[in-house]
Amino acid sequence: MSTDTIVEFNNISKFFGSVIALKDVTMHVKKGEIMCLLGDNGAGKSTLIKTLSGVHKPNEGEIIVEGKKTTFDSPRDALDLGIATVYQDLALVSLMSVTRNFFMGREPMKGFGLFKVFDIEKANAVAAERMGQIGIDVRDPSQAVGTMSGGERQCLAISRAIYFGAKVLILDEPTSALGVHQASVVLKYIVKAASEGLGVILITHNVHHAYPVGDRFTILNRGKSMGTYPKKDLSREKLLGMMAGGEELDKLEVELKEMDRISKSNN
Amino acid sequence: MSTKSQSIDRKSQDERLRRVSKLKKLLNRPELGALGGSILVFIFFGIIAGDSGMFSAYGTLNFLEVSSNLGIIAIGAAMLMIGGEFDLSVGSMIGFAGICIAIPAIYWGWPLWSSILFAFSMAVLIGYANGILVVRTGLPSFIVTLAMLFILRGATLALTRLITGRTQVPGLRVLIENDPIAWIFSADVFSGLFVWLGSLGLIALRQDGTPLATGIPTSVIWWIGLTIFATWILMKTRYGNWIFASGGDKLGARNVGVPVARVKISLFIGTAVCATIYACVQVLDAGSADTMRGFLKELEAIVAAVVGGCLLTGGYGSAIGAAFGALIFGTVSMGIYYTDVDTDWFKVFLGAMMLIAVIFNNFVRRRVTENK
Repeated sequence: MSTDTIVEFNNISKFFGSVIALKDVTMHVKKGEIMCLLGDNGAGKSTLIKTLSGVHKPNEGEIIVEGKKTTFDSPRDALDLGIATVYQDLALVSLMSVTRNFFMGREPMKGFGLFKVFDIEKANAVAAERMGQIGIDVRDPSQAVGTMSGGERQCLAISRAIYFGAKVLILDEPTSALGVHQASVVLKYIVKAASEGLGVILITHNVHHAYPVGDRFTILNRGKSMGTYPKKDLSREKLLGMMAGGEELDKLEVELKEMDRISKSNN
Repeated sequence: MSTKSQSIDRKSQDERLRRVSKLKKLLNRPELGALGGSILVFIFFGIIAGDSGMFSAYGTLNFLEVSSNLGIIAIGAAMLMIGGEFDLSVGSMIGFAGICIAIPAIYWGWPLWSSILFAFSMAVLIGYANGILVVRTGLPSFIVTLAMLFILRGATLALTRLITGRTQVPGLRVLIENDPIAWIFSADVFSGLFVWLGSLGLIALRQDGTPLATGIPTSVIWWIGLTIFATWILMKTRYGNWIFASGGDKLGARNVGVPVARVKISLFIGTAVCATIYACVQVLDAGSADTMRGFLKELEAIVAAVVGGCLLTGGYGSAIGAAFGALIFGTVSMGIYYTDVDTDWFKVFLGAMMLIAVIFNNFVRRRVTENK
């Protein structure tokens, strides 16, 4: 494996009691690439994200960060190694300002001792600058996040993770709640982040969003990896077919025909 | 620096950028409603009761003292409410703190200062208990502190009766004289100034030539001091940001590393400590503790915080707003005696005011959070 690999997850399994949530899932992400993790609802995406970000500890398998085998005891551990997760709920407080959200939990300080205060001027400047870089006009960094659009919020959460030293970004369904335009803004930003050397794990069930931006695709089905394919070996149609939807829909069609036949013969 | 000026240039060229006037920004501040309300209340009483002595030095100090007492607990309640929780045990805590001061000092012979410190340590303990119960069980703080309301009030009554055989503990006045810290809660400030103003004939005098208003009560200083301190915490410190975050979205806050549990527990300790400051001021002023002291004060504190712009759901509000909320409350509750209005109507006014405040706050919240 090349030295560009930032994180490797080898043969990860996770059990909840008798339920096998994940079985032998292997994947890795390199610097500057977007690795898409696709799967239908219930495929184990959420469990995998939580395992990657340190919320769950895998029962089997190993996690290798920049060549070193590690274990995550908490999300903090993963974060310290530069693996940042942007969850679907984004961890943004809509009543708070852009700046206060950007630095929530990691406020820049100035002053000494007891008189250490939150350096709001610096925070405002950084937040405005960072949002400006990704083409989002924050009219006023002290405005509430609630006034921003869904795509802008997503970008804010991603930009925050990058600012605080992420090397690998795990994005959980970043486009699921967005309209076409908003989704494309977010996807553009994700591509830009990757081009600047970040590794991105993009989790989605939307093939149309994943295919244009992804470099490699791992398909997850019922807790197992169905393999990882580089884009050149995979057409959009094939990818669609490999997602649980393809097979299942074929089966559904057969079943519907069967039902139709039975009801007709009963009449 | 260059990127900053670039971004400003870019911004000024952006056709989608609307100019937001200073006034509009001000309209989004949480304390605006209470500030406007205070002005209305003063105009109202200025017209109705302007020449009745309400706004003389004596009358002014009267309503300021009532406002300041409530303000002390309202600020604690506001901070906690911004942090996303309630404390209904504030009123009972006042009664409990009162007897924690009076019984050791009078029945056990402790020096007054040590019983005051004892009361504060009990407050920290009870605040901590409230906080840990809410954080650990995940139950609504409304229920947990409602239970504490009954437990504390009952314990106050039972313990006082057990130890003293009655429900009031008088006799503190003599102990205040030589105590090293009691003056923090009981002295009048600037009394010299008031004597001087009296000698100039600017304020009313008693028969013996001393001014009717003897000085600014310490509670007013506490009220202003706590407001400034709480505002500084909320606006200027990391902890302040954590309070907003914990109240606004506790899961989100936790995900980015805000110690939500610690923040909430400390805020519960804050309300209990504010209740104890209130108790100190009242007990040392009256010279006696009463088991029923502080009855229903928790609701008044919540009214003041809500009128002051705090959202019941947390994450939004201000300490200055709560201070103005208390000022409205105090001014009306005293001012009504200077008018011809039957004082029975006070509670009607209170309820109506709260309702208007909540509707107004809801409107402000929508303005602030919704996409424009």
